[in-house]
Amino acid sequence: MFNFFRRRRSKDDLKQRLKLVLSYDRARLSPGKMEQLKRELLAVVEKYFPADGDDLDVRFEQHGDRMVLIADLPRPSHH
Amino acid sequence: MAGSADSEEAGTLVNAKAIVVTSGKGGVGKTTTTANVGAALAKLGERVAVIDTDVGLRNLDVVMGLEGRVVFDLIDVFEGRCKLRQALIRDKRVETLHLIAASQTKDKTSLSESRMRETVRALLEDEGFDRVLIDSPAGIETGFQTAAAAAQGALVVVNPEVSSVRDADRIIGLLEAREITEVRLIINRLRPKMVKRGDMLEVSDVLDILGVKLIGIVPEDERVLVSTNVGSPTALEDGGPKTTAGSAFRDIARRIGGEDVAYPDLDGSKGVFSGLRRLFGGR
Repeated sequence: MFNFFRRRRSKDDLKQRLKLVLSYDRARLSPGKMEQLKRELLAVVEKYFPADGDDLDVRFEQHGDRMVLIADLPRPSHH
Repeated sequence: MAGSADSEEAGTLVNAKAIVVTSGKGGVGKTTTTANVGAALAKLGERVAVIDTDVGLRNLDVVMGLEGRVVFDLIDVFEGRCKLRQALIRDKRVETLHLIAASQTKDKTSLSESRMRETVRALLEDEGFDRVLIDSPAGIETGFQTAAAAAQGALVVVNPEVSSVRDADRIIGLLEAREITEVRLIINRLRPKMVKRGDMLEVSDVLDILGVKLIGIVPEDERVLVSTNVGSPTALEDGGPKTTAGSAFRDIARRIGGEDVAYPDLDGSKGVFSGLRRLFGGR
């Protein structure tokens, strides 16, 4: 695409940053607390099956009017 | 006709008689917007009262050029030191426009939501005003809460930059918590050239992020500063191109009144804005 040759548009960074920070603001949870939640979630999951923290993605998403907590973790395959 | 199918979607504020002008962040243009939209609404024939609620840091009086005529203020009304009518300052240029100034003392203890509601009720029912615009102070504390207490609608002023958008989101949440459902967005100080080269959020980005209806796009315009220097809202300088801030404020007033006003092409190239204009009923 043409954009490949162009400088990255700063407004794209801004839009991404705003969406992220507003998801925390709206959920009234600081990014640091989110890290804590992630660690504790992982500890619970590990009681049932081995899991890798690097695979776990925890985030808020806006679904219409609702803010939804998404925890995304690939289930380990049988070795 | 072309836009009539979308007219329900178009942001108006026709039923909100008391409108709070707010932003969360300071310095984004709340007071300028209140003065200009108030003046433009009055010029359309509405009887308009604008109220400054920024107690201790009043400025609406100087922006409107009425600072020499303030005798009584909002706190005097709240505390019964004068009649409501005595605190109403009539504008020099548009006779249907009136101001109630904020007090310049820093004592906010007499700010009260119930007194605010009673004052707005009296303006609309006893004094026969068609519209009350309430200029909120920055922040989310008592001053903002008092300003919002009597409002049925809100104009949220936002600049297309990071802290203003974040604060606007917070304010929109607080307005919704107060069950003020008629919330409309004014994007102020837009720089079409920066948008075009991708260094400023475009209007659709801001609407996408904040999720409220648009009622105005005001371009960055030196005339705003010049007009405040002399204490005369730029919206009162009729004529001139559609790309001025004054014209944008006049369009906002017409939209508040229920008119479906097309958005002008701000960058003149039918580039970034042409899709947007289609989106909002432009041609």
